[in-house]
Amino acid sequence: MKSKFLALEPLGARIEVVEAGKGRDLLFLHGAGGHMVDDPLLAALASKYRVVAPLLPGYGQSEGEDGLRDMLDVTLHALDVLEKLELEKPIVVGHSMGGMIAAEMAAIAHTEITDLCLIAPAGLWLDAHPVVDIFSKLPYELPGLLFHDAEAGGKLLTAGRGNMEDPEFLKQFLVMNARRMGMAGKLLFPIPDRGLAGRLHRITARTLIVWGEEDALIPPVYGEAFAKAISGSKLTQIAEAGHAVGQERPAAVLDAIGDFF
Amino acid sequence: MKFTWFHLMPWPHMPDDFREKHRSVWVDLPNRMYQPELGHIAYHQYLDQLEYAETVGFDGIGVNEHHANAYGLMPSPNIMAATLTRRTSKAALVVLGNSIALYNPPLRVAEEMAMLDVLSGGRLIAGFPVGTSMDTNYAYGTIPALTREKYAEAHELIRKAWAADEPFAFNGRYTKLRYVNCWPKPLQQQMPVFIPGGGSVETYDFCIDNTYSYSYLSYSGYLRARLLMDGYWKRVAERKVDESPYRAGFAQVICVADSDEEAERLYGPHVNYFYNRCLHVYPGFADAPGYRTVKTIQTGALSQFTSAAARDYPSMSWKDLTENRYIVAGSPETVRQQLEELIKTLRVGNIFCLMHIGNMPDDKVRHSTKLFAEKVMPHLRNLWPEWQNHDDRFWCHPMHEPVPTRIAAE
Repeated sequence: MKSKFLALEPLGARIEVVEAGKGRDLLFLHGAGGHMVDDPLLAALASKYRVVAPLLPGYGQSEGEDGLRDMLDVTLHALDVLEKLELEKPIVVGHSMGGMIAAEMAAIAHTEITDLCLIAPAGLWLDAHPVVDIFSKLPYELPGLLFHDAEAGGKLLTAGRGNMEDPEFLKQFLVMNARRMGMAGKLLFPIPDRGLAGRLHRITARTLIVWGEEDALIPPVYGEAFAKAISGSKLTQIAEAGHAVGQERPAAVLDAIGDFF
Repeated sequence: MKFTWFHLMPWPHMPDDFREKHRSVWVDLPNRMYQPELGHIAYHQYLDQLEYAETVGFDGIGVNEHHANAYGLMPSPNIMAATLTRRTSKAALVVLGNSIALYNPPLRVAEEMAMLDVLSGGRLIAGFPVGTSMDTNYAYGTIPALTREKYAEAHELIRKAWAADEPFAFNGRYTKLRYVNCWPKPLQQQMPVFIPGGGSVETYDFCIDNTYSYSYLSYSGYLRARLLMDGYWKRVAERKVDESPYRAGFAQVICVADSDEEAERLYGPHVNYFYNRCLHVYPGFADAPGYRTVKTIQTGALSQFTSAAARDYPSMSWKDLTENRYIVAGSPETVRQQLEELIKTLRVGNIFCLMHIGNMPDDKVRHSTKLFAEKVMPHLRNLWPEWQNHDDRFWCHPMHEPVPTRIAAE
């Protein structure tokens, strides 16, 4: 996988875009955790599609997060990036926070986005099924929240990481975490609801919703809520998978997308 | 030197197995633990102690703001300060302070502080903390990465509201008011302001720019505070402003007894309660990602605020806490020596004396307070003679002849 860079108007903010594979264009929007090292989902998608995965400002080498404060800012930013990428009828795929952004894009620019895949998207809130407060979680708690198989998931999360006992690495890690989760907080903190429920009815794209049956972060009941709100959408649940369903069951998610679109 | 007797107003009835049963004293501690009848007694005892501090000669008495916790029971410091305006007449009322990013609109702070200033006859010292992450982000829901921008805008509004003589429009990002019109206006023309800081480098410049006093609130004592305060004074020097020690203050847990041994016997259990229960914060609530700026993290100055430091508290003995100067405790002479060292090494003109500690009973609080006022404070008064031991910019300006509070009844 290779990165290229875009300069976004009007300030020329640098946006990092990861690209891989050949085939139909597929725009991928990552979740609050960003891309994983050798991300298994991106790798699987790249076996069938030309994957184009921009990083949100605050993630990787993408800049300009100070100018993005709320949902509308981020949605318009993502639409600007999409326009700049000049993709041909892309499938727009988003995971978790990226799914929330993708759904907003499809609701606002519903004539432009025709094929949409939401993988365990954030953005709704059900009082009876509160979404876990990811911001107050400590690193060691994450594997159990994100994966059905916490042990294998923990290895994926820590792959390629430096030594947390090294003060210099720890400082870099804290800076990275503050940038990423600071940005994510503008959409997800303290409750990941920015009014999407009132806009989902505008989506006209053919929509596939994918959920891990064992999702402990955003429970699968949210999948049903999304499916109900987006007319004509299809919900596919994947067994033995948690919130990071794409990283835990990349082949199953690829098949679901391939079958639907 | 200026000495402010500062109250945290903790919940004094946390059980012995508190640490085992609860992950945090803040944010998600079930409030079934709070018993209003006992709370009634505690509030009045705490307010009595603040009033007592004035009678024995403290320059100021202080309150602060925290939410959803058993560490400090003042969600509204202004309510506490309002009661004190009626029952005190000399001491500065140090409200340290209102977390201005949390008020909607923040004009409320300008109004209430103006009320306090008028009520007290110009004895208010205002404080504008960003607030801990527990309070600001987790308890009050402010988005971490927007907290400081919101804070800065609230500050601008409050200052303009106090200064204006007629209505004006304020078109902020977070607050839009067509008519800003602060009735009442504060009595003091130039309100003295203390800014509680906890290691954010941006706060240094904010204090210097506005001629505010930087108040470092830490429970790890003055030896570990050196790094941070040296950073502040370095910045003061770089900015080429005067180096008045009243530009800075430090909060210190202080216990005074007739002897060092007596101090351990009298206060040991309460200090233990404070460090092990009042400071038992779940690390996940201590620092929401985005609350600290990247610049602050990059300085590396935060290492001393990490959970690693907090985790050491349970294993610390009285000896550890006193020898490493987490607390200043002992005979009047011991306390005097250590505080002199603190004041000189940190270069501070303000000390916030934390003398009610954890679950300390009233008689011990008064004993320690009285000994400090009589046998320690007088010997520390004259440590900044080149500044005449006072800096008008960093203290309140009371009316010369306050109206007797009984006048209405007569």
